[in-house]
Amino acid sequence: MTFPPSPSLPDESDARALLRSMLLIRRFEEKCAELYTQEKIRGFLHLYIGEEAVAAGSLPVLQPQDSVVATYREHGQALVRGVPATTIMAEMYGKQEGCARGRGGSMHIFDAETRFFGGNAIVAGGLPLAVGLALAARMQGEDRVTACYFGDGAVAEGEFHEAMNLAALWDLPVLFCCENNLYAMGTAVTIAHAETDLALRATSYGIPAWAVDGMDVLAVAAATRRAVQSVRAGGGPHFLEFRTYRFRPHSMFDPELYRSKEEVAEWKKRDPIPLLAARMREAGMLDDEGMEALESEVADEVDEAVTFAEEGSWEPVEELTRFVYSETEEVS
Amino acid sequence: MKTTYREAVREAIREAMDRDDRVFLMDEDVGHYGGCYAVSKGLLEEFGPERIRDTPLSESGFVGAGIGAALGGMRPIVEVMTVNFSLLALDQIVNNAATLLHMSGGAFNVPVVIRMATGGGRQVAAQHSRSLDGWYAHIPGLRILTPATLEDARGMLWTALEDPDPVILFEHVLLYNMEGELADDAGPVPIDRAAVRREGSDVSLITFGIGVVKALQAAEGLAEEGISAEVLDLRTLRPLDDDAIVETVRRTHRAVVVDEGWRSGGISAEISARITEGAFYELDAPVARVCGVEVPTPYPEHLERAALPQVEDILEAARALISGKDGTL
Ligand SMILES: Cc1ncc(C[n+]2csc(CCOP(=O)(O)OP(=O)(O)O)c2C)c(N)n1
Ligand SMILES: [Mg+2]
Repeated sequence: MTFPPSPSLPDESDARALLRSMLLIRRFEEKCAELYTQEKIRGFLHLYIGEEAVAAGSLPVLQPQDSVVATYREHGQALVRGVPATTIMAEMYGKQEGCARGRGGSMHIFDAETRFFGGNAIVAGGLPLAVGLALAARMQGEDRVTACYFGDGAVAEGEFHEAMNLAALWDLPVLFCCENNLYAMGTAVTIAHAETDLALRATSYGIPAWAVDGMDVLAVAAATRRAVQSVRAGGGPHFLEFRTYRFRPHSMFDPELYRSKEEVAEWKKRDPIPLLAARMREAGMLDDEGMEALESEVADEVDEAVTFAEEGSWEPVEELTRFVYSETEEVS
Repeated sequence: MKTTYREAVREAIREAMDRDDRVFLMDEDVGHYGGCYAVSKGLLEEFGPERIRDTPLSESGFVGAGIGAALGGMRPIVEVMTVNFSLLALDQIVNNAATLLHMSGGAFNVPVVIRMATGGGRQVAAQHSRSLDGWYAHIPGLRILTPATLEDARGMLWTALEDPDPVILFEHVLLYNMEGELADDAGPVPIDRAAVRREGSDVSLITFGIGVVKALQAAEGLAEEGISAEVLDLRTLRPLDDDAIVETVRRTHRAVVVDEGWRSGGISAEISARITEGAFYELDAPVARVCGVEVPTPYPEHLERAALPQVEDILEAARALISGKDGTL
């Protein structure tokens, strides 16, 4: 697919911020992979590496009062939304200092402060929640957009279609962010969808929808600004299909039998980080020194997160059954 | 005041809508149609389409939206026409409503109330006659209520709405037409305790929902035979009121558990196990159970009657316990 020409660079500090958040996700997750092999992080771990432009470009467009719903591949969204790297890492360690007290792990990042409503590991399970959050905002007269992230795989689920219809029918302030990375685990979009133009599927519900180059953080940011502006102005739900690609296996257990090394290599030529860095260099906004400074800032943040997680503590087993129901009076 | 169970539920919804503008009702056909059991009849005119919200046929979608709205600060009453259709929303109820608080380490509670009609007895065949109340009671994170009286139909909803966590109310379809006296000032009731609906000393009939009505009739019949039966209305299936269960068995030393749901793996098995755990040495006879026969509920009247617990079945089970011919299997 051909996309419109990439938008022009923003000013230096904005461009640097975009680069920094993509770099933070990348380095944070590289560290996660390392910690996984050391068995510090266990369970399922789904890396976002390759897709950073989507979170980095779209989330800063939101306001603090907005809500975010995400999937199990949500470290990037959480970081950009402002959930501290420290509490995310502690969550992945399963420590009680984690943003969900270690109860959820990698797939279930929750944070009330930033209105980050998870980390849902049921494919498409978050879409109805986003519709409800938007309904609440509308009924309360609050200026709140709900951004809902999900993959191409979710588009085949019934919950996706129910949520599209409800959002459109009730004209709700939701931004649907489809991260089309071409695969649902090992199932290519072409063997899962009768109509592979996913934006078109949303259009059938009367929802304004278009595809965006998800490897170009500037294109992501521009499209999100346009969509969010319209949602906020009362334009009802919008749908963005971010065409992206994951460079890593689906999870740490995936032998990647379903795609070729050549295909992955081809996509890596459009790695969103060097893509933006090159443009910034060209424009004189970035040099080797600047890049090193960024790398070292990010490395410090990741180190700090690891230290925080390492120093964290295990929730006492006596607390196992806390938070099955709300603690109204007696808090143990 | 003379009223019906249906009107009592409607009054409860009306009160909740009046008291708290965060409350709204949604389901298929709650508005223009008036509710498939006419529970919400007239409410659309009173409260308008924003708060009496007709939904498309999207059980997972709108139940999930109710959960999301609860997360977003509203107090939704999500109706699901019948428990049968809630199977399409199980993902949202089990994976989200019941789980988010714990999985988020206490960050996000889900104050949603879900109401559904349950049970058989109207000859509408298997797919419309399920009694899955006990199934839902299996899930930690949910609170399961089974209003069986006018007071509870009128009073449980508001208390449920004040609960910070998800509550499911099961309204048995045969109860909607139940008529009776309700105090003019009837209002919210506590939801965490079982209630003895009739005191007795020879045998305890432990049940909930429509079982309460049938057990009370059976107790009447037993009284004529000189058998004094106590009827315990559980009212809440999760959490179960263990104390009340143990206490009634301490008084009567015999128990018949009545559940329209199936025996295998059902809530009746759980209740029986709790009696064994908490009152084994109080028992003069094994615990008896009167449950739905293990078939999908059939359509013809005679077969449906045979499939669901009837007053005669309760009578027989109680007599057998008293006369020493214990055990129903
Ligand atoms: C309802 C459901 N079915 C199956 C799974 C197992 N599963 C986990 S991730 C996944 C693929 C989802 O692909 P997509 O939506 O494209 O997201 P991506 O992983 O590519 O980000 C599957 C099948 C699940 N978690 N939930
Ligand atoms: Mg995918």
